[in-house]
Amino acid sequence: MKDRIAGIYADGWSRIVATMIRFTGGDWDLAEECAQDAFAQALEKWPGSGAPDQPLAWLTTTARHRAIDRMRRASTEAAKLREVAAMEPEPPPYPSDSAIPDERLELMFTCCHPSLSLDAQVALTLRSLAGLSTAEIARAFLVPERTMGQRLFRAKQKVAHAGIPFRVPPAHLLPERLPAVLHVLYLLFNEGYGDPRKARLCRDAIRLARVLAELMPDEPEAQGMLALMLLHDARRPARTDAAGDLVTLDDQDRARWDRAQIAEGAAICERALRRRRAGPFQLQAAIAACHATAPVADRTDWPQIVGLYTQLARIAPSPVVELNRAVAIGMADGPEAALPLVDAIAATGQLDDYYLLHATRADLLRRAGRMAEATDSYRAALALAPTEAERRYLRNRGAG
Amino acid sequence: MKYLMLVCTDPDYKPGQDDGAPDVEDWVREMDGKGIRLLGNRTRPASDATTVRVRNREVLLTDGPYAETKDLMAGFDVLECADLDEAIQVAAKHPMAWSGMIELRPFWPDSED
Repeated sequence: MKDRIAGIYADGWSRIVATMIRFTGGDWDLAEECAQDAFAQALEKWPGSGAPDQPLAWLTTTARHRAIDRMRRASTEAAKLREVAAMEPEPPPYPSDSAIPDERLELMFTCCHPSLSLDAQVALTLRSLAGLSTAEIARAFLVPERTMGQRLFRAKQKVAHAGIPFRVPPAHLLPERLPAVLHVLYLLFNEGYGDPRKARLCRDAIRLARVLAELMPDEPEAQGMLALMLLHDARRPARTDAAGDLVTLDDQDRARWDRAQIAEGAAICERALRRRRAGPFQLQAAIAACHATAPVADRTDWPQIVGLYTQLARIAPSPVVELNRAVAIGMADGPEAALPLVDAIAATGQLDDYYLLHATRADLLRRAGRMAEATDSYRAALALAPTEAERRYLRNRGAG
Repeated sequence: MKYLMLVCTDPDYKPGQDDGAPDVEDWVREMDGKGIRLLGNRTRPASDATTVRVRNREVLLTDGPYAETKDLMAGFDVLECADLDEAIQVAAKHPMAWSGMIELRPFWPDSED
């Protein structure tokens, strides 16, 4: 029963919280508290009585009941009393799970409102949408629980006090608001992808990306982001070896990739691109699909990848994209073709602190047979590499 | 909701960044017409400001603004908006958002009436 409830929590938490935020007139703390309380009651009652047929309806009705109770008792808050008086008699219980309005999209856009700092957006998203506790979020971001508690507190205060609306932005605001939501979810994914201790962030990010893609079927970038996450995540088992060291794409054991997930990601990406509104996430997903669907590293379609990076550099120019494009050119046309591009990027000074710039350069020099220069670049990369696994990889590769 | 819109100059502004900025008279007319702008005015520079403090019943005056910052505030407006999204759109239409900066401060609910 505990597992059953945990499963319902994973999928249902955000549904219930969103409904409760609406119901309490924007009292996020009360909404979360009542949702939490409903799950506590489920843990207490269900093992004896069995789970109800419509668990989400049961939980939401229970949470709502609790909220009414709490608001009635909060007699000092006259405004809320008026609200409570207005909604009497108590609304009937939700008849079924599907009768509960789905306001997760409203919740996503509110959590990721650009008037909140990025840190606040991320924390709110993890708490309200992914259902992580304050302690879990604090652990994921390696900050003291107290700090995270204050961050969440301030964020919820600002949502309430500044008048951030609980809604999906109207069509004319979507082009500037959707990227903020995508950015937060992808940041969560990356945070989890780079560090095995934070793997759960990847799962949470994919779960939320699925919700977003399902609720916004006409937004190709939402589909593209889900595809990108699935394609990256499918390679996770092969990404590190037994010692925890990073294994590069061409050395990965492709038998350990999750083929079903790759097929799903590639199909979602293809469907999105057919809408002819290519965006950065779709293009990155298409690149990831090229890698993931190559039977062996040697048969990767590098010219296709070069084309996709060229398109990406046009719509979302950045030095990192240029660097990746140079890597692809190095694979398609040889290291001598790529080195001038990498040197040009290095000359701008923008990526001086980015270890992959130096690692890429080292790799190209090694392949070009310029060993002494390669060693220098490996050393520069080693000094900047952020994790021990990456440092070990570079040492093996020739940093000495 | 009511918002105080603090209209400020931006010391980092570079000429030309406000190409195509709207006209302030148009802004005032539009927002007054919609009932969004409740009141507002330009304020004289910091050099004309007087800061008032009462300490131990004694009135202390300082020539100039209270903060040792540059003279940023150039005016203010009081807005009545449905929510922050509307306030942001209103602020973004103000020419000073194009060359200066605008801070939106929500009112405490008690002071609304």
